[in-house]
Amino acid sequence: MTFSPELEARFAKLLNSYPPGRQRSAVVPMLLYAQDEIGCVTQELVEEVAHRCGVTALQVDEVIGYYSMLHRKPLGKYHVQICTNIACQAVGAEDLWAHACKNLQLGNKEVSPDGLISLEEVECIGACAWAPAIQINYDFHHQVTPEKFDRLMQALADRTYSARPS
Amino acid sequence: MAEVINFTIDGQKLQAAPGTLVINAAKQAGISIPSFCYYDNLALQAACRMCLVEVEKTPKLQVACTLPVAEGMVVHTDTPQVHQARKSMVEFLLTNHPLDCPVCDKGGECELQDMAFRYGAGFSRFREAKIHVDEKQWSPVVYYDAPRCILCYRCVRICGEGLGVSALGIGNRGAMAEIVPNRGDHLECDECGACIDICPVGALTSGAYRYKTRPWEMEHVGTVCTHCSNGCKTTLGVRNGRIIRANNRDRSGVNGEFLCIKGRYGFDFYDHPDRLTTPLVRQGGELKPVSWAQALAVVAKRFTEIRARNGKFAVIGSNHTTNEENYQLQKFARQVLRTSNIDHHRTGDVATLLDALQGRASALASTADLVNAKAALVIDSDLAQEQPLLAFSLRFNWRINQGHVYAVTPGPVREDNYATTVRAEPGREFEQLQLLKDRLAAEPELVILFGAAIKGEDIRRLVAFGDSLGIPVKYVALVDYSNSRGASDMGLLPDLLPGYRPVSEAGLEPGLDYDQILAATDLNALWVVGANPLSRQPLASQDAFVVVQDLFLTETAQRADVVLPAFCAYEKNGTVTNVCGDVQKLTRGPKTMGPKPDLDIIALLAKEMREDLGPTKVADVFAEIRNRVHGYNLPLVVIESGGAAQAVPPNDRIQIQSRPEVVRSAGNTLYTSGTLGRYSPMLNSVLEAPGALYHDPHIAPFVAKGSVQVDTTEKYG
Ligand code: SF4
Ligand code: SF4
Ligand code: SF4
Ligand code: FES
Ligand code: FES
Repeated sequence: MTFSPELEARFAKLLNSYPPGRQRSAVVPMLLYAQDEIGCVTQELVEEVAHRCGVTALQVDEVIGYYSMLHRKPLGKYHVQICTNIACQAVGAEDLWAHACKNLQLGNKEVSPDGLISLEEVECIGACAWAPAIQINYDFHHQVTPEKFDRLMQALADRTYSARPS
Repeated sequence: MAEVINFTIDGQKLQAAPGTLVINAAKQAGISIPSFCYYDNLALQAACRMCLVEVEKTPKLQVACTLPVAEGMVVHTDTPQVHQARKSMVEFLLTNHPLDCPVCDKGGECELQDMAFRYGAGFSRFREAKIHVDEKQWSPVVYYDAPRCILCYRCVRICGEGLGVSALGIGNRGAMAEIVPNRGDHLECDECGACIDICPVGALTSGAYRYKTRPWEMEHVGTVCTHCSNGCKTTLGVRNGRIIRANNRDRSGVNGEFLCIKGRYGFDFYDHPDRLTTPLVRQGGELKPVSWAQALAVVAKRFTEIRARNGKFAVIGSNHTTNEENYQLQKFARQVLRTSNIDHHRTGDVATLLDALQGRASALASTADLVNAKAALVIDSDLAQEQPLLAFSLRFNWRINQGHVYAVTPGPVREDNYATTVRAEPGREFEQLQLLKDRLAAEPELVILFGAAIKGEDIRRLVAFGDSLGIPVKYVALVDYSNSRGASDMGLLPDLLPGYRPVSEAGLEPGLDYDQILAATDLNALWVVGANPLSRQPLASQDAFVVVQDLFLTETAQRADVVLPAFCAYEKNGTVTNVCGDVQKLTRGPKTMGPKPDLDIIALLAKEMREDLGPTKVADVFAEIRNRVHGYNLPLVVIESGGAAQAVPPNDRIQIQSRPEVVRSAGNTLYTSGTLGRYSPMLNSVLEAPGALYHDPHIAPFVAKGSVQVDTTEKYG
């Protein structure tokens, strides 16, 4: 399996950062970086990572089953993650989630037909102080009301979205 | 660090070596701490929290299974807080557990049942609907019922660490976590069932046993596996005279808890519909069922006749029959038939090894040595395929005792994953050995295991090589079947009597060997006991009167004039000798009607011919063997109590007169077992069968299967 030269360089650095015989430690970061480049975790990727880290494909599968940020199916260009854990829930996250599903016409882990947006209900993302919080790809958005959510989605659709936290 | 650590558990002042875990220290003091995920000789998991204990000056409860004892530590295992914790853990484990004990295979011997009974509460605070997932079949052997699983990871660890197969893993997480097989929806593995037997609950069940019985309805009979030469002890679960299962959960015997697919599931040949149940005599060209009396009379009459005119007899013995049977058979051949033409399919050159060692008793490795030796060297054997227990033992030794393992083989072997392995084409092993010599010589001791490719002069070369290392070296001549070693020790050889005495001592000349018997054109009678030599080659003597004792109508039996149906090892009492010379006891399990033990058949024939073969009962024959066969004067109490005692090698040179060419491996894989394997539905049904050996071009990997006709038996015979 071939990756971009940048990703290859990253892999090389990763595999070197663990003591000999501990290359399996690189499984999670390798999967995450590769997922960003490929769009999801394919079977081919599983086998490649297993091979490079000296573990079985089944052991890589275990990791993927465990971590919710590793996806076997392609996500939308923008992956919208809404936290409904306790702090966010206390200030309206469940309403926000219902609102998002209704307005986007998407369920949990579904992707819009144009491939632009995917939606996921997630556990605490560590932004409780600014609840209710959501995450779009790697960026956080704080104190998200349904109105603010709609503005963000509109921006995504208009291609005017800026990743700057708001 | 101090040599011993002083600590207190439940008020008892105790001492233990540094690193001892609290759970084990407590056990040694007779205090039992409940556990699920902790398992001897597997990596620590701390997954189940069943073993929580109170440790003074530590605010929270601690897991006893990962906590090493420390100087001055004070542990309490019997406080209200600990009791409450256990109760809660059982309640938690039962959150999604279906509690279908009344239909579960494990009911009655389930660790979760026991724990719930002992420590649990009679109610649960969980009112939510239980998560249900349908049961899955992963192979003909392995079934998985996720709701019953308590996620202790024992199965994952025994498969990965224990066997080196790593076919099981964990999928998902939290309440949805479950065990997953390596091929998505099915397993591709050794199909050994170790995961099933180690499972504390009924989450993993076997195709052979599931829903057939309850544990308390069976009689549990300890005996020895009848497939390969490794001699694993197995416990047969017998109900109404039939074998329902085989396992080794009591972990006694040379194999600990190890059994391969053949030992756990390959017993089913014994009640195959094609099993012979009555004697057959050829009448008008066809084999017709007759009574035992009639069949024995025919054989006795013809044998007597042929002997009277000085006709030529030959006897081919078995790799599966007991020592007692082999001993009486050779006695019959030599005393009654007055012939030296007796042999068996030799799968390893035991005699030459014993001769080369010239009585050095300490130079024969016992089965136990394989898990203790500082280093071991495997030559020309694909252990994981051909000698499953030995492969497991060497891996165990490497894993637990830091033993070093070396292998010189012509193709890839499982030992490549952890051992120092080098490739050498057959015939060039010694060049590679020279390259390894310095490393081997630096080991404190070594066990050398060699396959059938090393025979005759090569064995002497190997022993010279071992001597040149300047360290204590022990040897194992690898043989293939459950009593191959016993056949050799008991004198099923044309040139050697029991105990490797020369035939001249019995006033005889060396006779024909296996190949010569089959090739002779002038045999008048051939008696084949538990072997199928004609599967590969016709009998050259057209007119010979052929008597066959076997379980099935094999190619050889089809050529017979009289066929006498015999018991298999699971139906017999007696002793067998494993690949390392360890003698163990067989105990009769199922009560099959119709066939007879070979020992009785031999005795009845002698009686019919009015000959005296001496003792007829198993114990009496074994007593004679102990008296007369060098090396077999073994402690009766060890053998009677189900232990293993190693036969001692002869202390003189051995007058070997036969050719090493007759020594040939049977080429069995993990999923084949000669004739027995052909009639085992389970062995034939797994996807992996018949398996492939690196060095054997005769076995194509994954030949069409599902039919008992796939013959990987005695391919050279
Ligand atoms: S049957 Fe044996 S090899 Fe297969 S998964 Fe279970 S433990 Fe592993
Ligand atoms: S299947 Fe059995 S052994 Fe494996 S994790 Fe579940 S309970 Fe433990
Ligand atoms: S290793 Fe050999 S003796 Fe042990 S269970 Fe398997 S076939 Fe039987
Ligand atoms: S609970 Fe939502 S960010 Fe922590
Ligand atoms: S036995 Fe200690 S946590 Fe399972």
